[in-house]
Amino acid sequence: MVTGLGVCAPNGIGLSKFQKALEIGISGIAHIELLEKLNFSCQVAGKPNLENIDLNKYFNKIELKNLEASGLVYGLISGMDAWQDAGFSFESNTEPDWETGIIFGTGISGVERFRNAIYDVDEGRVRRLGSGTVMQTMASSISAFLGGKLGAGNQVTTNSSACTTGAEAILMGFDRIRSGKAKRMLVGSCSDSGPYVWGGFDAMRILPRKFNDNPTMASRPMSASAAGFVPGSGSGALVLESLESALERDATIYAEIKGGHVNSGGQRNGGSMTAPNSDAVQRCIRQACFDSGIHPSDIDAINGHLTATSKDPIEIQNWSEALGRSGEDFQYINSFKGTVGHCLAASGSIEAVGTVLQLVHKKIYPNVNCEDLHPEIEAIVDKFKIPQKAMPFSGKIIAKASFGFGDVNACIIFKTFSERN
Amino acid sequence: MPVLFLKHLVKETDMTERYEQLKTIVQQYLPDDVDVAQISMESNFTEDLNINSANLVDVVLDVEDEFDILLENEDMDGMKTVKDALRIIDGKINSTK
Repeated sequence: MVTGLGVCAPNGIGLSKFQKALEIGISGIAHIELLEKLNFSCQVAGKPNLENIDLNKYFNKIELKNLEASGLVYGLISGMDAWQDAGFSFESNTEPDWETGIIFGTGISGVERFRNAIYDVDEGRVRRLGSGTVMQTMASSISAFLGGKLGAGNQVTTNSSACTTGAEAILMGFDRIRSGKAKRMLVGSCSDSGPYVWGGFDAMRILPRKFNDNPTMASRPMSASAAGFVPGSGSGALVLESLESALERDATIYAEIKGGHVNSGGQRNGGSMTAPNSDAVQRCIRQACFDSGIHPSDIDAINGHLTATSKDPIEIQNWSEALGRSGEDFQYINSFKGTVGHCLAASGSIEAVGTVLQLVHKKIYPNVNCEDLHPEIEAIVDKFKIPQKAMPFSGKIIAKASFGFGDVNACIIFKTFSERN
Repeated sequence: MPVLFLKHLVKETDMTERYEQLKTIVQQYLPDDVDVAQISMESNFTEDLNINSANLVDVVLDVEDEFDILLENEDMDGMKTVKDALRIIDGKINSTK
């Protein structure tokens, strides 16, 4: 059961702002002056706006000193918000909660801090690094920080699988509860912002270069004029809980996870470090249905990975073949990346929060910047199934998938919770 | 004797000033449940003030910056209490004069 949600996204921090931004299509993509100064080809990106956020709510004064890990900040905001949203608090003088664990992923942590540490080390000043360097740059810094805040006594770890990270974390937490090893898991992922994270992608020439003066138009999933993904950052978090635990404390249940699947294409049969093996993608989607005990035709809507690269039509083809549906028979499908960009390791968790909000609010949020639908996509899916404004939604099941570098895939089946099923 | 007396007085003022400077540094690393008022000459950093041992490293770096001195590993090992710290700081400052 999903009983808590938290989000720190480029187009909104907190559930109500994020929900509203998705529903009316408010973009969080902006021109970033620093990227222009550093000669980036792509000078637009998605970055959560922390201006009105009181970090003292999340960090104590010692932790705030020399804090230079943006992903850690986003992760603590979404993670602690989700925990609070689920109705829990942060008591510090208690025993560890042995039945609560954390799986919170990231791609890399504290790059700004690491950069400064490198300068000190190279200049022979290793003794001047201070204690924060390890705490902020270890990959598991986010799960370690959250673990202390919650007093989590079950498994506390960080997973990493590129852009699949967030979706994978959710399924790992789900598995842990399903196998009876924990009652509650805080799951999610976060990703740093800034030139050191985004630079490598800019160098690979897979980011859009022609929208520097027009940032909100830059991220164009499923569009004929899609020119690459817009790099993003942020964090999403969910509190997962066994049905017994949720009912026992009379928690609000947003939705349930019916099941899911994680796999890899082995970088074979068309798969590579950067491209997916379509057989593996389809297998992942079908296995997710099987694991959930549903028929592919039971899926009412899809929240795709759909990053706005030339690979979008292939993803649509894979959904169509995996589910055996096309044309008017295809489900509603959308991508939130048009307004948040591709938040990399954080993408799966931010978009999963949005997916659950669609079930809660009974709406399918719009796709933006795909007025010029890609012809290969239009040949597979009826264009009315790719909504460009919010649509009322009476369905109960949404599939959420993420695919990542390394040819790795994850697909989660979310369902509206009704006590009689 | 008057000369000696004056020297003693200057030293006392120095110590008081340094104690205040050190207190300002230390209080930044106090856990939320320890109050600034609990800092005294006899306070043990980890046992009485409950300062995380990792943060003691940060206290030392701040002390170096504040007093413009360099502390060796042995100095750090000897800094158990506020009084120890002041003695070591005093020694460093005098040796550089």
